[in-house]
Amino acid sequence: MSIGSDIITIAAVSAGAFFFLAGTVGLLRFPDTLTRLHALTKADNLGLGLVIAGLLPQADSLREGLKLVSIWLLGLLAGATVSQLIARTARQDEAR
Amino acid sequence: MNEFLTAAVGLILGTLALGLVSILRGPGEIDRMMATQLIGTGGIAALLLLGTVTSVPAAVDVALTLALLATFASIAFVKKGLSKLDADGTGPTENQ
Amino acid sequence: MSISTVFEIVLAAVVLGLAIWTTAVRDTYSATVGFVAYGLLVALVWVRLDAVDVALTEAAIGGGLGGVLLLTAAARLRDSGFTAAEAPGTVTKAAALTASVLTAASLAGAVLLLPDAAPTLAPKVIANAWATGMANPVTNVLMAFRSMDTMLEKVVLLLAIIGVWSLAPNDAWGGRPGPRHQADPDGVLVFLARLLPPIGIVVGIYILWTGANHPGGAFQGGAILASMWLLAIMAGLTDTPPVCRRWVRYILIAGPGVFLVVGLGGLWLGAAFLAYPPALAKPLIVGIEVAMTLTVAATLGLLLAGVPERSAR
Repeated sequence: MSIGSDIITIAAVSAGAFFFLAGTVGLLRFPDTLTRLHALTKADNLGLGLVIAGLLPQADSLREGLKLVSIWLLGLLAGATVSQLIARTARQDEAR
Repeated sequence: MNEFLTAAVGLILGTLALGLVSILRGPGEIDRMMATQLIGTGGIAALLLLGTVTSVPAAVDVALTLALLATFASIAFVKKGLSKLDADGTGPTENQ
Repeated sequence: MSISTVFEIVLAAVVLGLAIWTTAVRDTYSATVGFVAYGLLVALVWVRLDAVDVALTEAAIGGGLGGVLLLTAAARLRDSGFTAAEAPGTVTKAAALTASVLTAASLAGAVLLLPDAAPTLAPKVIANAWATGMANPVTNVLMAFRSMDTMLEKVVLLLAIIGVWSLAPNDAWGGRPGPRHQADPDGVLVFLARLLPPIGIVVGIYILWTGANHPGGAFQGGAILASMWLLAIMAGLTDTPPVCRRWVRYILIAGPGVFLVVGLGGLWLGAAFLAYPPALAKPLIVGIEVAMTLTVAATLGLLLAGVPERSAR
């Protein structure tokens, strides 16, 4: 079980770090504000989600695991809302 | 495991540094705002990994607080508007 | 060179680079965004230094409230047409740079020149934790061993809010701070402002409660509660209260007031000002902390709401 959870942790955290990297590169290289926003949300949701999924097997107790999951849900909520707000501001800027 | 997680934190930090380049460069304030959002989420991931590496379980609480409050700067930014003279983001900002 | 050393060097380099950029950039908005990002990264540094209470405060204040405060100020500057003629001159900037560099160098020197077993009172604090029955040494210091300082800090908060209110124009004296915010009632911001505050209130109370034995405490909890209130205000779901209202003022003085009453009780019934009888230490401290959390939440919220702009009618 310990080896299995270690493997899950390594795999998930690596994938999460990869998505963070991909999202940041996208943020730098994509041509348009909205496409950059898309890259940002990938880093936000998938990057954070995979890192947390990787840390769940290492959690000490159920309570800590629930805290980790709630952090992820809060991150999702915040990311979704802020993306919408930024996108509307960006569109309004273009319209001017 | 600890070395791997430390390397993961380092990688995510490097990613955040890349995102900082976007803050420096970002043609426009929206891009800087997006980079801040990325740093917020990346910071949460780095905090969680760091807490596991250094055995500081309370780092999860800091990550929870960050997850809760990370959007405030973005919301204030959207409300105050970019170069708008009306400092209040009223209806048109949201409902375009 | 181990991986953690490399990681620390990267972190320090990123934080320093961001700080230098934030100071050097010309545009105020960009500097504000840089400062918020800087706050988030410094929270990481605090956790690395094992100072989690400070990291909590940094995340709560620097990440959330500080960003809102600076952005509001930047918007105000932009609106009032701050011209380049009023910008500080080269001599002022050079003097500021010299002073900052000297301060940073002295601090760095002081830390680096500490003897290897740095003089510290931490073992004594931990040894005396039996007096309050709480395991978090930071809370013990704040609420028991140096409680006088904490009480005076809350009075300083009170002075700050009085200072902000005194800037109100005559016709808005005692009125509602800040503009009336509006947002599309079906929009995303209102959705967030309906969903997040209940969660935030639970988290804030949790942080207050867990401060007894783990990092946390009244100030961080109060800052989280203030942020949730501010979110509801910014989404137009509620309006700022007129500052002439009694209940507002009662909440603002609740924290230092309870502290003072307990302190005088200690003087009258016990050994000294702010002395807690050992059997009652924990309940008294918890009571003071609850009052302090409410006061901190109200004070921070009102400070960020701004100067009274609309008359109370």
